[in-house]
Amino acid sequence: MKLGRRTFLQIAGATGTAALVTLPGRARAAGAASTPGEDERSVLVDTTKCVGCRGCEAACAEANNLPDPPTDGEAFAAMRPTGPECFTVVNRTEKADGTPRYVKRQCMHCVEPACASACPVRALDKQATGPVAYDGSKCMGCRYCMVACPFSVPKYQYAKAIPMVRKCTFCAGRQAEGKLPACIGVCPSGALEYGTRGELVKEARRRVYGSPDKYTQHIYGEHEAGGTNWMYITDVPFEKLGFEVAVNDNSYPKLVKGALGVPPVVMTLWPPLLMGLWAFSHREGKGQGGHHE
Amino acid sequence: MNSGFATAERSGSWVQERILLGMTFREYLRSLWTPFNVVCAAILAVGLPVLVARFYLGLGATTNLSQTQPWGLWIGFDMMTGIALAAGGFTIGATVEIFGLEEYHSIERPAILTGFLGYMMAVIGLIADLGKPWNMIGIFSNNGTQSVLFEVAWCVVCYTTVLLLEFSVPFFEWLGWERFYRPLKKALLGLTVLSVMFSTMHQSALGSLFIIAPGKLHPLWYSSQIFLFFFVSAVIAGICMVIVESAISHNLFSEQFEGHHVDVDKLMLGLAKAGAVVMFAYFFLKLQGVIDNHALGLIGVGFYGKWWLLEMLGFVLAPSLMFAWGARNRKVGIVRVAAFLGVTGIVVNRLNVSFIAYNYNQAVRYWPSWMEISVSIALVVIGVLAFRWIVNRMPVFHPMKGSAGHH
Repeated sequence: MKLGRRTFLQIAGATGTAALVTLPGRARAAGAASTPGEDERSVLVDTTKCVGCRGCEAACAEANNLPDPPTDGEAFAAMRPTGPECFTVVNRTEKADGTPRYVKRQCMHCVEPACASACPVRALDKQATGPVAYDGSKCMGCRYCMVACPFSVPKYQYAKAIPMVRKCTFCAGRQAEGKLPACIGVCPSGALEYGTRGELVKEARRRVYGSPDKYTQHIYGEHEAGGTNWMYITDVPFEKLGFEVAVNDNSYPKLVKGALGVPPVVMTLWPPLLMGLWAFSHREGKGQGGHHE
Repeated sequence: MNSGFATAERSGSWVQERILLGMTFREYLRSLWTPFNVVCAAILAVGLPVLVARFYLGLGATTNLSQTQPWGLWIGFDMMTGIALAAGGFTIGATVEIFGLEEYHSIERPAILTGFLGYMMAVIGLIADLGKPWNMIGIFSNNGTQSVLFEVAWCVVCYTTVLLLEFSVPFFEWLGWERFYRPLKKALLGLTVLSVMFSTMHQSALGSLFIIAPGKLHPLWYSSQIFLFFFVSAVIAGICMVIVESAISHNLFSEQFEGHHVDVDKLMLGLAKAGAVVMFAYFFLKLQGVIDNHALGLIGVGFYGKWWLLEMLGFVLAPSLMFAWGARNRKVGIVRVAAFLGVTGIVVNRLNVSFIAYNYNQAVRYWPSWMEISVSIALVVIGVLAFRWIVNRMPVFHPMKGSAGHH
């Protein structure tokens, strides 16, 4: 069966029609050796530095006109997911010795985002500078982005008659004006480091692999889902911080490339093939022959 | 067109003959008072207000969808299942128009009508499910070409158009508009080629939608080749649905078949042969998919392992063997039972992929609300009523009285 599919794709390539479905080259043309999305704006979250002040939550709510975040008591009672009216959350866990560890969660802003590739109207779209931004005026509310996102980030305003998909946009508007994303601007502890993805991957590797006693030997987001613009390093197991550890290391849009190679093949081959079958079944001297009428 | 207007001028008799089935308006209304219609009316009286209310109240108030369960019954049943069950249109269309198996001609129009109505109901279900359905227009302008849903949306638009054109052949014949009827009938071969092309893409793409969610769909159902499974099982759905439908039609609309000596049983046995082969192949194709996914060890393990076995043995392998046995021993009864099992199997499969085996690892499970169920049932009822209204009037099962006919 594998062979069959491969043959299919070879035919697709041979007919040249596969070019119709190849991903736009933008930001993905980087050579194999370099970091994916290396010039994109990114953030390295060092959870060992986070003090759990939740200033980022308040700044996010203010910048995006969201309701005020809950008090510390409510916020740390359980691991919280983000929501349609809450784009970032800080969750709390503990090290083996009881030291608290905090982790800020929000959209990971994948280098090759599943949600944006899944959006049939491009309401969600990856900007060349890094953010996965959302244009509600284009959105039809199909929620396929929610099916596609491996981190379950996009949230939906189910309570509204005219709903939108909601998630962190990496303050794309503020960044375009040359300002910092709201959360990063207020972080007092240096837990959120802002820069290009290329620099931050190097910095993360320096810290994690340079101090193997201190850090968990993994950079979450370096390879997850083909690489994300928000990356995390920590000194506890990533599961404890509520991370989706089963996420594939390959890019999610690439998963469907084989399936998206089918339409060009079908559109090119089916009409002649079917007409050939028609000609064969209606050939001279075959019983009644001819098209019925 | 002239002839159409000419008959329309004698509107009283035309309406009475063609719309009211030869009865007066009063008689016609009285004839509607049947237990079946009362049940249908009751279902619609619940479902239709809910459908309207959904647009004022939003999806949160009417459905059990959640942040972890974005797709529920309206996508899983109305879209995924409805489209699969509409596959008879292209399956039988290709059998007759392309493969030249003329004897199946008598079931081609009912199959196309079922396909058309199935697509219409799926589109209504989809509109109910979309948050902002008017923005669907964006699929024409925004070039979301990396999305499988983009392909699905285009296929829905194109194939519904093709089905409408195919169905317009009996429709214009009914109206007596020769000028439209003749060229459309000549175009039927081309339309059938298009219907096979769009159906191949659409049926398979509905499966491809889930390739991007590997961690969410249970490994027994997830496969990077799921588009093959969806296409092959759509052919199964088409075959089984045509058998089930013709079994029901020949009981309900028996008066329409008077004087038309088509050996339907023979056709059903022929379809059963095809069904047996395709289902047998599908069973092993699915098994191969599971092996390819390194999930063989999950078969029979826990709820999902047993549930997969039930789907594949009870609703694929068993009906496949029943088809084979029935076709060989000329037992139409067993063929019908097998077809019913086959249709059930497709429903189960599509619901499994869209929400039963989807999110299998989530703590909170989805179950549709009564409002979701009432809308889905109401859409099926509308489809059945529309089918009945049309076949009682238009030349679907039989040639038009007093016309040259299509045989």
